[in-house]
Amino acid sequence: MSTLTIKDRVAIVGMGETEFGKGLAGSEMELACRAIRTALDEAGIAAHEVDGLSCSNMEATHEEDLADTMGFGDITFFSRIPAGGGGGCGTVGQAAMAIATGQAKVVVVWRSRKRSGRASRVWGKTAQEVTDYEAWLRPFGMIRPVDDIAPMARRYMHDFGATREDLGRIALTFRANANQNPRAMMQAKTLTMEQYLGARWISEPLCLFDCCLETDGAVAFVLVSAERAKDCPTKPAYVHAFAQGITPGSSLMANYNLDDPYRLQTYAAATRLWRDSDIQPGDVKVAQIYDAFTPEVLWSLEGFGFCERGEAADFVRRGEIGPSGKLPLNTAGGSLSEAYIHGFNLISEAVRQVRGTSTAQVDDVDSAFVCSSEGVPTSAIVLR
Amino acid sequence: MENKDIVIPATDDPDTAGFWAAARERRLVVQRCGDCGKMRFPPRPACTCGSFAMGWHEVSGRGRVWSYGVAHAPTLPAFADLVPYVFAVIELADAPHLRMVGNLATSAKAAINSVPQDAVAIGDEVTVAFRPVTDEVTLPVWIPATQSEVVQ
Repeated sequence: MSTLTIKDRVAIVGMGETEFGKGLAGSEMELACRAIRTALDEAGIAAHEVDGLSCSNMEATHEEDLADTMGFGDITFFSRIPAGGGGGCGTVGQAAMAIATGQAKVVVVWRSRKRSGRASRVWGKTAQEVTDYEAWLRPFGMIRPVDDIAPMARRYMHDFGATREDLGRIALTFRANANQNPRAMMQAKTLTMEQYLGARWISEPLCLFDCCLETDGAVAFVLVSAERAKDCPTKPAYVHAFAQGITPGSSLMANYNLDDPYRLQTYAAATRLWRDSDIQPGDVKVAQIYDAFTPEVLWSLEGFGFCERGEAADFVRRGEIGPSGKLPLNTAGGSLSEAYIHGFNLISEAVRQVRGTSTAQVDDVDSAFVCSSEGVPTSAIVLR
Repeated sequence: MENKDIVIPATDDPDTAGFWAAARERRLVVQRCGDCGKMRFPPRPACTCGSFAMGWHEVSGRGRVWSYGVAHAPTLPAFADLVPYVFAVIELADAPHLRMVGNLATSAKAAINSVPQDAVAIGDEVTVAFRPVTDEVTLPVWIPATQSEVVQ
């Protein structure tokens, strides 16, 4: 075993979530601070001990403002991870790297969003003159992330025989999990296949229920070394393995120029992750897979080796992603039905599964897999 | 800009300006490496072979629909009156591994919702046409072969 590994040397010892909802009072900064405060209190760690920070490159709250507000000590490590929804697991992984290498002792990871208002949508602020990769998409009316995904989804369905009902089964499975979760925005709303198939289109072949929620809320984690974790009151969730991934030729969402458009960023992350992990795909008993849009779940199942290429829809059809299946997914409801905190609430659900405190707890869990968004520079972790 | 209700590409980026200059001349181009000959899109300042000798190569303008989506509300004001409309990913006949996003239309001047989605399928043959939008910007638009009689 390489002495360079971060394996099990760092743990998530504190977790904080605000309420998830629409139109929450308080600024993004306040939501971030409340989530971080909860995470520190849970871990029994004083704010002045925090010396490292890691977040998404889309985070609107600033490191120095947080440090000032919260009373952190001198911050000597901070990192921001691209790219949007691909970065969640990367923040945890880089925090683990910083602690394992001695660059920091206590690292806070956070994501705060107030996105429930329509005016807050990023696509609604598209510039009149677009540059970079957007220049090849937006002038042709591909405006929203869902538009970037729609042709990928249609071609996948065409090539591999996946159907709208298969996508619907993903939405229904996660909704049923959310119905058991009092924190979930959709706890009180059931979803039937009839409702799914009858929902309004957003970007065909994707309908309303193929798309994640928009949410106000924040999630935060506190990470420390495995030695320090022994002194914390919580059950540690050790960062067992971590990888990021960019596949040559891939892009941000619109991956049409890959020779193989379905060998996406997850393949790069998966190769590295499973090389370093004692826990292999067949050993994973519960997984949280990034689900901004239902088709991403199929691609990530294949990319991370839980299914062979083109077989994920059949895996879903057989009920394997449900509570009694081979690989229960998104047990708190995921981005589709719990909340959309850019995948950070998927990480908290993985922590709960390791702690044994999920509202859809899987029996005998000894590890939990989480991945961030397929189709963009991405990341994944295995917790145990 | 006179009409604020549009979305246009920047045409002054040194890496991509050649594409838009050619489009203004009603030519569809992709980059071709002067050393290894590999064609690429979207444009980059260098080839994966290490060469910076990137030139512009005119392609036939024929292609096939690799896939497509159909946008519905909500979207930007520039497109709100056009929903539902098809946006397609076109694989180029000269280089099938290169794919461009574009709209389908019955003619260069027809609206982007002029080809109904019922008339579109993966694999459909299309031919490029060009639509001037501003003095600087001319957008490629793709005319389905099934629409060619309409165009006449």
